[in-house]
Amino acid sequence: MAKQIPDITNDELEDILCSIFDTYGYDFSAYARASMHRRVVKYMEDINCSTARDLKYQIINSTEVFNYFLQRITVNVTEMFRDPDFYKAMKEQVLPMLASYPIIKIWHAGCSTGEEVFSMCILLHEANLLERTRIYATDINPLNLEKAKHAIIPLDVMKEYTINYFKMGGTNDFANYYTAKYDNAIISLDLRKNILFSQHNLVTDEVFNEFQLICCRNVMIYFNHQLQNRVIKLFHESLSSFGYLALGVKESLLFSEMRPKFEVINRNQKIFRRSI
Amino acid sequence: MRVQPKMIVIGGSAGSVPVILEIMKAIPDKFPHTVVIVIHRQRNVSSEMATVLSIANERKPIVEPDDKEPIKTGCIYLAPQNYHLLIEDDHTFSLDYSEAIKYSRPSIDVSFESVARVFGENACAILLSGANSDGTEGLHSIIENKGTAIVQDPTSAAYPAMPMAAIAANKSSLVFKPIEIAKFVADLQQ
Ligand SMILES: C[S@@+](CC[C@H](N)C(=O)[O-])C[C@H]1O[C@@H](n2cnc3c(N)ncnc32)[C@H](O)[C@@H]1O
Repeated sequence: MAKQIPDITNDELEDILCSIFDTYGYDFSAYARASMHRRVVKYMEDINCSTARDLKYQIINSTEVFNYFLQRITVNVTEMFRDPDFYKAMKEQVLPMLASYPIIKIWHAGCSTGEEVFSMCILLHEANLLERTRIYATDINPLNLEKAKHAIIPLDVMKEYTINYFKMGGTNDFANYYTAKYDNAIISLDLRKNILFSQHNLVTDEVFNEFQLICCRNVMIYFNHQLQNRVIKLFHESLSSFGYLALGVKESLLFSEMRPKFEVINRNQKIFRRSI
Repeated sequence: MRVQPKMIVIGGSAGSVPVILEIMKAIPDKFPHTVVIVIHRQRNVSSEMATVLSIANERKPIVEPDDKEPIKTGCIYLAPQNYHLLIEDDHTFSLDYSEAIKYSRPSIDVSFESVARVFGENACAILLSGANSDGTEGLHSIIENKGTAIVQDPTSAAYPAMPMAAIAANKSSLVFKPIEIAKFVADLQQ
C-alpha cells in the first residue's frame, strides 16, 4: 500500500490530550485508548497531518480545528429505537413502575442528536406518561445539542426507524409522530415539549437533579475503567431510591466496583435499579 | 522457529461460516491462546450466530464480550453485532459504536488493526471468504507489526473477493485452504 498512514504513539497522544485540556478545558485523558487512538489517526488522515507535532500545533492554535476534532472524537452515531428489544423491556418492565410517580424525571446522558430521546418520548406518550415527565437530555458536544433541538431527520433514515419501531412492538401509525417536509422529517413538537437539552460533561460536571430513570447508552464504552466507575457513582447519586439505570446492551456493571449498589432488572438489556 | 501466536483473530463475511466451523472443530481442549471471531452480520436483528458456532465444539463455549471484559486465554469470543470490537493495552475488550466502515460493523479492519497494535508478533489474523474488501488494511497492520497473516485460498472460497483483495495488497500472507488453516490452528497447541 502506497498510502502513508500517519501514526501516533501513546505518549504523543497523552501529550496532545493534555494540551487540549489546558487550552480548551475538555478532559479526554481517561477515554479508552483503543478507539481514541483509532479516531485520532483517522482525523490526522482527514486533515492531512502526518506527525503528532503538527497535529498538536494545529489544534492548539485554531479553535476551528479543535471544534472539528471534537466532532470527530465524540462519536455521534445514534438511531431511533436502536435495539428494539431494549425498548420493549423499557415498556414492559420500567414504565409501569415509573407510572406511580406524580412527576417523572428522566436523564438521557450522552444523548447525541436526540434520536434516543425522541424514541423514549414516543414510549412515554403511548403509555400516557409524557405529560407528567420532564426529560433532561445532555451531551458534551454543543453541536449535537443544537441539532437535537431542531429534531430534523432525513426521510430515508426515518424509514429504517419505522421498521425498528414495529420490531419493538409499536402499533401506532409512526408517520403521526413527525411532519414530512421535502426530504426531511421533523419530530412533532408535542412529543418534544418536555425535553430540556443542555450541555453536561460526564467527566467534569456534577449531580444536577434527582431522577427516576437515567439512560446512558453507548457513551461509557468510550471511557476507561476508572472513569466508568466515577460516572456510575455520579449516576448512583443522581438516582432516587429504586431509580432505574439503563446502559447499552453490551455495557455490564459486572466490572464496576459499584455493582453491589444496583440490582439487575434485565440482564440482557442491561437495565439496573438502585438498591442502596 | 516461528513465534507462537497468543491471539488468533478470524475475519469472515459471506461464505465464511462453514470454514469457521471447521476451524472451531480443530481447536484442541488444551489451548493456550485466545480466539476472536469477527463476522459480518445483519443489524438490529437478534442473531443466533453464537449458538450456531457453539455447535461445532461443545467443550468451548463462545462468548460475546461486554465492554471492558477482560480477555481470557483459552476462550473463544465473537464480536457482538452492531459494534466495532477493539482491544485495550490492559487486555480488555472495548466496544465502539461509530460509523460502519466499508458498510461493515463490526469491521474486520478495525479489529485486525487493534489486535496488531496490542499483540504485535503474538498476533495471528486469518481472513476468510467474503464479497467485499474488509480485512485488507487490517492484515497490512498485522504484517507491519510482525504478526502472522493467513488468507483463505480464494479458489476454495465461496466468495473469493475478500481473500483476493487481501492477497493482492499483502504479498507476504500465507495462503491456505480451509483444511490447512484448521491444521495450523490445531498445531498451535504445543
Ligand atoms: C455513540 S453516541 C450515543 C448516542 C445515544 N445515547 C445512542 O446510544 O444512540 C455517544 C455520545 O456520547 C457523547 N459524549 C462523549 N463523551 C461525553 C462526556 N464526557 N459527557 C457527555 N457526553 C459525552 C458524545 O458527544 C456522543 O453524542
